[in-house]
Amino acid sequence: MKSFLGFVRKEALHLLRDRQTLAILLLLPVIQVLIFGFAVRTDVREIAIVIVDPTPDLATLELRDRVAASDRFRVVRVAPSTSQLDAQFRASMVRQALVLPRDVARRIGRGDSLPVQLLTDGSDPNTGGIMQGYATAIVQRWYADLAPSRASLQIQALSRMRYNPTLESSHLFVPGLIAFVLTIVSAMMTAISITREKETGTMEMLLVSPIRPAAIVAGKVTPYVALGFLSVLLVLIVARVVFEVPLRGSLALLLAESGLYIVTALALGILISTQAPTQRTAMIFALAGLMMPTLLLSGFIFPLDSLPVWLRTISYVVPARWFLIVVRGIMIKGAGLATLWQETLVLVGMTTFLLLAGSRKLAIRLG
Amino acid sequence: MRIIFFLVRKEFLQIFRDHTTVVQIFMIPIVQLLVLSNAATFDLKQTRVLVVDEDRTTVSAGLVQRLEAGRQFRVVRAEPTTTGVEHALLDREVTATIHIPRDFESDLVLHGRAPVQLVLNAEEGAAVGIVQSNAGAILDSYAAELERSLPRLTRRQSVVGTATLDLRTQRWFNPTRNYKHYMVPALMVALTTIIGLLLTAQNITREYELGTLEQLNVTPMTKVQFIAAKLIPFWLLSLVIFSIGLTIGKLVFGIPMRGNLLLVYLALMVYLVVVLGLGLWISTITRTQQQAMFVAFFVILIFLLMGGLFTPVDSMPDWAQAVAQANPVKHFVFIMRAVLVRGAGLETVAAPIVGLALAGMAVLALAVNRYHKSTA
Amino acid sequence: MSEYAIEAQQLSRRFGKFTAVDAISFQVRPGEVFGFLGANGAGKTTAIRMLIGLLAPTSGSARVAGYDILTQAEQVRRRIGYMSQRFSLYEDLTVRENITLYGGIYGVSDQDIVRRTEEILGRIGLSEPASRELVRDIPLGWKQQLAFCVALLHRPGVVFLDEPTGGVDPITRRRFWELIYETAAAGTSVLVTTHYLDEAEYCNRISIMVNGAIAAMGAPAEVRTRFGAETLDQVFLRLTRPGTAA
Repeated sequence: MKSFLGFVRKEALHLLRDRQTLAILLLLPVIQVLIFGFAVRTDVREIAIVIVDPTPDLATLELRDRVAASDRFRVVRVAPSTSQLDAQFRASMVRQALVLPRDVARRIGRGDSLPVQLLTDGSDPNTGGIMQGYATAIVQRWYADLAPSRASLQIQALSRMRYNPTLESSHLFVPGLIAFVLTIVSAMMTAISITREKETGTMEMLLVSPIRPAAIVAGKVTPYVALGFLSVLLVLIVARVVFEVPLRGSLALLLAESGLYIVTALALGILISTQAPTQRTAMIFALAGLMMPTLLLSGFIFPLDSLPVWLRTISYVVPARWFLIVVRGIMIKGAGLATLWQETLVLVGMTTFLLLAGSRKLAIRLG
Repeated sequence: MRIIFFLVRKEFLQIFRDHTTVVQIFMIPIVQLLVLSNAATFDLKQTRVLVVDEDRTTVSAGLVQRLEAGRQFRVVRAEPTTTGVEHALLDREVTATIHIPRDFESDLVLHGRAPVQLVLNAEEGAAVGIVQSNAGAILDSYAAELERSLPRLTRRQSVVGTATLDLRTQRWFNPTRNYKHYMVPALMVALTTIIGLLLTAQNITREYELGTLEQLNVTPMTKVQFIAAKLIPFWLLSLVIFSIGLTIGKLVFGIPMRGNLLLVYLALMVYLVVVLGLGLWISTITRTQQQAMFVAFFVILIFLLMGGLFTPVDSMPDWAQAVAQANPVKHFVFIMRAVLVRGAGLETVAAPIVGLALAGMAVLALAVNRYHKSTA
Repeated sequence: MSEYAIEAQQLSRRFGKFTAVDAISFQVRPGEVFGFLGANGAGKTTAIRMLIGLLAPTSGSARVAGYDILTQAEQVRRRIGYMSQRFSLYEDLTVRENITLYGGIYGVSDQDIVRRTEEILGRIGLSEPASRELVRDIPLGWKQQLAFCVALLHRPGVVFLDEPTGGVDPITRRRFWELIYETAAAGTSVLVTTHYLDEAEYCNRISIMVNGAIAAMGAPAEVRTRFGAETLDQVFLRLTRPGTAA
């Protein structure tokens, strides 16, 4: 035990002396959360729209005013014809076009039907749909006000966004960001640190010593757990203070789960290091191998419900997926252990498995 | 130049001798492209809902049936009242609860309109809007169906005119709403960038750590030759990786290629200089491979999340959009989507390509400048 | 153009407050084997790194192979060879590949590269199959000899060897010095640092550095006589014991 503690101390001192790495490990997550919390938004605004109005009259002017007044749209120009639309859409100068027919006011007065075309850049199906929805709403409301017609049957959906009524972007992103950054940074740290020891040959020296391989690994990892924890605290403070992300659940539970997750991520790094003979391999594995899957399969950006079944099964293996549910649960939903025990159990299981697999591989490699 | 040739050959020998790395360089992007293209979508496969029907009429039952008929919603549970329903959202048993109030049918008959309460779990954010619009569409179409099939519901109308709004909506460029057409090009960029940047970022640092850099510094090799020889092999490799990705995109996912592929390749070649040059520059400012990696990670994440890959650049606040102008990923993704999905031509992509070219020169100059053969 | 292969004048290097090399001046003639002795940390490596252009001097000047190290660095680099204390060839390339690479970098023609590769392999006694092995996998003695030969590949006028025989068995050490003599006999100047004082006896002239300054310089016999000692070991101890003036 004493030698183990001594080893931990050595690792800790090592870490503390490397100011640059220390700064990176503590500041990196914080800076990233700050940048992305402010910059990344999912709501659609400033839609560049062209209104084609061949014969302007009071009715069309009313519509044009309404579109211009909306803060969702930015009227790029009002054109007399559709001649340039194609080029403009291709060049992405314009995302939507509202094409009005001739003699709008007269048609409405006569009771004729009014054919209006709404063209939307559908390259991105998601924003395409959203933009289409916004524009449709404006046009329909305009028409209803101008030409009170047969009111059709309506089933109104009254929606309530539970847990995040304003759909605040940062509230949605920040918990995910925490999970994501923790995963990558922790895994990278241990993977690199252990392989570096292997590459410089000091690992062999350690293994000849009376400390058991499992203890070596544990000793290497412990200072990083502390560091990771500190980093989580910093990020949480930023989230609360800067972005006012709610913390509706128990802080203690959140910290405990974060602590658990850090170990999970570190254990992942350990496993990677057993497979990687050099730092370069470990690095490519940890970064290139983990980044996109964690980003895309954890529910951070794309909803889990949009994964096809086979991919959903694979996503069960991504630790960040479970942790994200926990973080969101505690922070946004105020959930407690009673609700989150399954996810917690999965994380515990994963950690145990990773640690066991990691130390076994290490033992084999050297035994 | 002869020296560059020898140095480039050495790099290739080193790369291909390291079998693990070669496998990683090719397998990671390819596998991830194949698998993750299926993940980058907002196309909800299924939304689990809980229905509380307090009306219990044929009309309300019809609505529930309608919900289930389309494959978007799956009614996991039906409850008679709203008590205890909150828990289903908390527990993630369902994503939304639909509450049909007691006077649903009579409201429709008497007043022509009736509300339905939708409570959505907004913890995941993006999905919520889609669920809402999916549900809304079903409600709208059910209402229209009711109107047609049950004449007594229309009895209370006073018809003012028969004029109707004939709103025709059209989605250009991706009428089938195939997310893959939009996301696969972006994923290709992301994967090639990650690998390219990583490889160059640790390259020079590694030579420094191993001590081989010093031996090179004693030779008459110039800084420009050195940087050029570091750039060329990875530039070629990245071109190959990207081309494989493009082939997969076309053959496996059927991504459109409406514009001129040559434009894409022109942009790619310039883009790679920027990205790889950046990696080399990172390599010259870090002392250990560990540091190089963290800096690379930081840069990559910013590039990816603020490059319009997953969230639109237009949605970012103005200051962020200004910063995004300095993001090469943003420009290249724009070019990819413009040319492949929208069929844009040179007029559209000329400006970003020139921008990338300038950035490439600047970055290389930085790297050459930063690399010193002798210490002051 | 001086007649010396190496000529240092008051060459100094400071790192902050610490003076690593303190105004050293010396000359090395063509074809001479000059031993640079001193304890670890005495400033030998720093001095060498300045002479070969890896480190800029804080003050003073030097000419190597007839060119100024500060203003004509590139010309200097073309005419010198260097073998560093830490093995710095590419371990993941084969013996042949390393030779070819450095040949190319120094502008040796393709035919000459082929010819000199065979020469080197013969000289250090490396078999054909061994030459295709990764440098990582050949024994240390051969690695060091290879590094030495690569330093000479382009027939430089001056070669700098930093602790070339560190960690090597006595037989290989002998081989090394044979190679060094051969090289010097062919007209190349050799500046070699070592802390094996018995090796110092093999040099034409030596200098002993203490705390960054040259405390003694001359032919080994001369230095011994001057300090009234029987071995250079004793000279060394006398110079480095505290309280003894140089």
